[in-house]
Amino acid sequence: MSVSRRKVLVWMGTAGLSTAFGRSAYSATNHLKGYPDSFGVLYDNMLCIGCRSCEAACNIVNALPPPARPFNDLSVLDSNRRTDPKAFMVINRYDHVENTKSPLHQRIGCNHCLEPACASSCFVRAYTKTKTGAVSYDASVCVGCRYCMIACPFDIPTFEYDKALAPRIRKCTMCYPRLIEGKLPGCVVACPTQALTFGKRTDLIKMARERIRKRPDRYVDHIYGQHEMGGTSWLYLSGDPFKEMGMREDLGITPAPEMTKRALGAVPIVAGIWPVLLTGIYAMTKRKEKIAKEEQEKAIAMALDQAKAEAESKIAEALAKAKKEKEAAIEKEVKKALEKTTGTQAKEDA
Amino acid sequence: MPKEATTANRSFSNSFGYAAEELSKTFLSPLGIVAGIIVILGLIITVLRFTGGLAAVTNLSDYNPWGIWIGFDLLTGVALAAGGFVTSAAVYIFGMKKYHSAVRPAVLTGFLGYVLVVVALHYDVGRPWRLPYPFILQQGTTSILFEVGACVALYLTVLFLEFCPAALEWLGLKKVRDLVIKLTMVLTIFGVILSTLHQSSLGALFLIARSKLHPLWYSSYLPVFFFISSIIAGLSMVIFESTLSHRYFLHKMDAAHLDEREGVTLGFGKAASFVLAGYFIVKVIGISEGNHWHLLATPYGIWFLVELFVFVALPCYLYAIGTRDKNQRLIKFTAVWTVLGVVLNRLNVSLVAFNWHLPAADRYFPHWMEIAISIFLVTVGIIAFRVIVSVMPIFYEHPDFRKNH
Repeated sequence: MSVSRRKVLVWMGTAGLSTAFGRSAYSATNHLKGYPDSFGVLYDNMLCIGCRSCEAACNIVNALPPPARPFNDLSVLDSNRRTDPKAFMVINRYDHVENTKSPLHQRIGCNHCLEPACASSCFVRAYTKTKTGAVSYDASVCVGCRYCMIACPFDIPTFEYDKALAPRIRKCTMCYPRLIEGKLPGCVVACPTQALTFGKRTDLIKMARERIRKRPDRYVDHIYGQHEMGGTSWLYLSGDPFKEMGMREDLGITPAPEMTKRALGAVPIVAGIWPVLLTGIYAMTKRKEKIAKEEQEKAIAMALDQAKAEAESKIAEALAKAKKEKEAAIEKEVKKALEKTTGTQAKEDA
Repeated sequence: MPKEATTANRSFSNSFGYAAEELSKTFLSPLGIVAGIIVILGLIITVLRFTGGLAAVTNLSDYNPWGIWIGFDLLTGVALAAGGFVTSAAVYIFGMKKYHSAVRPAVLTGFLGYVLVVVALHYDVGRPWRLPYPFILQQGTTSILFEVGACVALYLTVLFLEFCPAALEWLGLKKVRDLVIKLTMVLTIFGVILSTLHQSSLGALFLIARSKLHPLWYSSYLPVFFFISSIIAGLSMVIFESTLSHRYFLHKMDAAHLDEREGVTLGFGKAASFVLAGYFIVKVIGISEGNHWHLLATPYGIWFLVELFVFVALPCYLYAIGTRDKNQRLIKFTAVWTVLGVVLNRLNVSLVAFNWHLPAADRYFPHWMEIAISIFLVTVGIIAFRVIVSVMPIFYEHPDFRKNH
């Protein structure tokens, strides 16, 4: 298996072009079957002898610091380990397994998802799912927010917590720099028992199926990674259920980006509808205030009119009354005067 | 123009001289001395953090990449700073003018809250000076965190502009101040949109981690839960902040502020009761959406029920009783209780129910220095609040700008 540098450069160019020209909103989240002809690695724990050669090779090709205990010290396998900034992959041993008499081993490391959670969650696009199948990481843009570590369902990315100035995420890159040089991943080259097989992912699935078909008594009928989290470039065969080896079987087949799709889709809708809704409420409030004000003014005017009319009628009444009284008084005086004159006249007559 | 400038200068120097005297008194009080010790300790840990890396001061690990600096400082901090958008929306959009005097304290609390969130992020991320990278270098638009970052950055700007008039009045810059005041409506609407987006996105951050968050807390409605509970937090924080301010800054408050204060407590308490009722219902819908009823009988289920009944249903009821009886004390107590409930919810989602499947040895508990930094940042926030309210017109209307809004 060899990939020419030229070929990979062409792939990368195409990837760049398709990014540059953009994709529709739908194609970005549609379920990918993976890049055609992308590569993967098949790990068969029935062939693994737990010699840690792969770990040693990984350490060398990635120029990692020497471990506390040498790689030929197999007592390391007594403890359950995970990836850390100094080990991109580890081999664990599981003694109490069901079907097999001898202990089984399990490789823990980046599975290079077809639709990686780390790449989907990264807000600065430090991760790239390359056409080779490898998920690469660019430390030169990484902010160190560690959201990828939250997102990764396999708990793979690790962080250099002890570095003050330039901490990086550390994880297996499927030896991407070697792949584009046409070389195989370090671990695959180092494996003495062919427990690791590099190849096209589609071929590896066929190969794994074939092994299960030939020895159904030996293998669990499950290729781990074929569908988990939408599929991964690394694939696993096992003699015992994967959960016995600490591999989660409850992850489901939904790729990580699908889980945030709806929430992201709501953003433009909120940004589009909220201004309309809020301005609408504001306009209604304003209108209510205006109507209330108008009604108030109207009520005041009416009250004033009424008061004025009342006052006028009162005045008119008072005037009428006064006039009447005045007339009565005049009449009375006239009468008096008349009576007086009649009186004097009568006296004079008498 | 010269006349205006001299008036401004006079009020500036007067308020400053008076404030300086008052502040020096505060900072020499026992509480002030405690605050001073916290600040010094915080600064020492800051040096340790930026010289020794995160490992020197935190218990973070490869299994637990986010601790209380995210769970408390970011998630809770943003929720508790929601008072700004809630109050300005109530007053300017819904036209509840009798709460006008509550806007400035709420906007100030919100602004300081967001500033502290951003400061806390500088402690938490590996290379803080790269925080602008996602916006200027490469946009990871598929990431919920990108949305959070963009909205928080924009909303911080909005809050800054909303807070500006108080500072400009203090400085006597009338023309600029009048210009910013004209933007009030636009800023309020923009603020509500941005708050809706990032308050909900903080919940959406965990959508991608379905396999790690306990099913009772994981729901496709997480963004809705976070948004609704942020309104509850915002309303309760306004009541809580008003209670504290009344105790410590009574002499700063003008007649309008004091007149409206009890109305604000009642009105916001009533609103909080309603929103809590709605929140309770959607949380129950969340359980039935995933059909997780059987999990309620597990230890995590009991913890979930404690959160739901003691910190959602109970305050909903207490707020309702408090509003009906016009019981200010009960409403104020409930506000504190509700705030604690929102803190609990955020810590549950980010820490307690997160990684619930891992063995105890792989779980996270904060290092004392992480807690110290969180307390340090809250203290810095309170000190900043203290200084600002003593020099700027927050609890009263500036005499030169009355009738201007």
